[in-house]
Amino acid sequence: MSAAMGGSGELRELYRELILDHAKCPRHFGRLEDATHSAEGVNPLCGDKLKVYFRIDEDDRISDARFEGSGCAISVASASLLMETVIGLKTDRALAFFAAMIERLASRTERGGTAIPEDLELGKLEALEGVKEFPTRVKCATLAWHALHAALQQQGRISTE
Amino acid sequence: MSTVSKNLPTTPTTESAVADARADFPILDQSVNGRPLVYLDSAASGQQPQAVIDAVAAYQRHDHANVHRGVHTLSHRATEAYEGARDAIARFINAGNRREVIFTSGTTGAINLVAQSYGRPRLAPGDAVVITHLEHHSNIVPWQLVCEQTGAALRVCPIDASGEVDPGALAALLDERVKMVAVAHVSNALGTVLPLEQIIAEAHRREIPVLVDGAQAVPHMQVDVRALDCDFYAFSGHKMFGPTGTGVLYGKEALLDAMPPYQGGGDMILEVRFDGTTYNELPYKFEAGTPNIAGVVGLGAAAGYLQAIGMERVAAYEQALLGYMTERLGTIEGLRLIGTAPGKASVQSFLLDDIHPHDLGTVLDHEGVAIRTGHHCAMPVMEFFDIPGTARASLALYNNRDDIDRLAAALVKAKEVFS
Repeated sequence: MSAAMGGSGELRELYRELILDHAKCPRHFGRLEDATHSAEGVNPLCGDKLKVYFRIDEDDRISDARFEGSGCAISVASASLLMETVIGLKTDRALAFFAAMIERLASRTERGGTAIPEDLELGKLEALEGVKEFPTRVKCATLAWHALHAALQQQGRISTE
Repeated sequence: MSTVSKNLPTTPTTESAVADARADFPILDQSVNGRPLVYLDSAASGQQPQAVIDAVAAYQRHDHANVHRGVHTLSHRATEAYEGARDAIARFINAGNRREVIFTSGTTGAINLVAQSYGRPRLAPGDAVVITHLEHHSNIVPWQLVCEQTGAALRVCPIDASGEVDPGALAALLDERVKMVAVAHVSNALGTVLPLEQIIAEAHRREIPVLVDGAQAVPHMQVDVRALDCDFYAFSGHKMFGPTGTGVLYGKEALLDAMPPYQGGGDMILEVRFDGTTYNELPYKFEAGTPNIAGVVGLGAAAGYLQAIGMERVAAYEQALLGYMTERLGTIEGLRLIGTAPGKASVQSFLLDDIHPHDLGTVLDHEGVAIRTGHHCAMPVMEFFDIPGTARASLALYNNRDDIDRLAAALVKAKEVFS
């Protein structure tokens, strides 16, 4: 942890080591040529623009995923962690993670009605919880998740505005 | 710019006269995230001096009623206060007379009024409106709308890598099909001061009227609409330290007179009959419905406040401060200035290393420093520089060198956080 954040508890919570790592070196970054599902997420307020790609096999399992675009550290790290999380999952399980992340991070108005399975563990995704203290940044953290939801619902393009 | 106005001979120096103004803004005296607030986002919205807060409160407490309607005392007082603000604004921008000052909801409302009331009846397929690449969305979209409605085209004058507009390049776009030129006075994203004198002269040589978006100019420099000879001048109350929801359209009387009303309703008519309605005279023809009376009273107070200090003095003070800010930012390694035109006012956009502006904004806020981050409602400017957005520090008369030093220190901290 950088010495610069000594004493800045909330800032340290937001920019955790794991977040900064994923922001600098996003995993599964790039275009997925044989994607079956994709969607674009835009946050016009800050100019974040991410495109997510998923290859979904016949058994409804996400066999590969990528994302590309530009955004702040929080939105890029969130997308990177999302990719790590959902590859290998069945789509209904991926959607459960979407519901859980929105439930955990977002305001009431943004929450959906999807039931969250009790056995769901967020694991690394808990690193994103620091945004709760920064209301203006929640939409950065949820952008990729809304894009995941849109891609699996075949909606194409979503906006967090 | 540094000439000290002769009617205020007692004030010792420009520096101290304006620096004292900081104490007039009560909101600045607070801590944010445990640090004394440094407000560097006045290009988004300016703060209000006590004089404005008091004028609005006094109006609400003692004088409020509807304007131009009642015979009772409060209605008379409200009308006096509202119309007094019109006189204050006419003096502030040196309008020819009070009929040329239309109150609107803001710059956006004023530009839409001109696009629809002046532009729409005059534009035909094949005609054109000329704007520049650095306009705020509010001086782009109203013209796009009227172009869609009429079949006219939008012609966009380019900017150069420093963010300057070449008046020759703009003149080259002018021909007999151009029915309107609409340009910013000062760019909100880059701070560039546009060469209005040359632009207006070139347009007038071809008898094309010019609208100036003055939202980012009026809080920072002396604006004299008659000296500029612009045909329309639009600005917002809240950027010149008045309340939100207020704005002004200045227009030359002959042009305004020839324009149809923009919106219909109460106050903008003389007589309503089902077989035809007679419109009210200027400026009321363009002020349908009950206006934002308290807000306008505050706007008038803001104009009076600025005139008492003297806009030439404000301009000189801010120029020196902008110079200091540019110099300080220049010493930070990895900092890239966006918008480096020789003639600028009050705004500096920048990027730091590869830190996203949004992250920069959060770290700075944590240090008590408020800046704007993003595309600043000028997406074509961001596209031109091929960046998603910038961090933008913008100054007003209440800022000082300490603010700049705090900004610089917070940026150094951000570098450490993201190193």
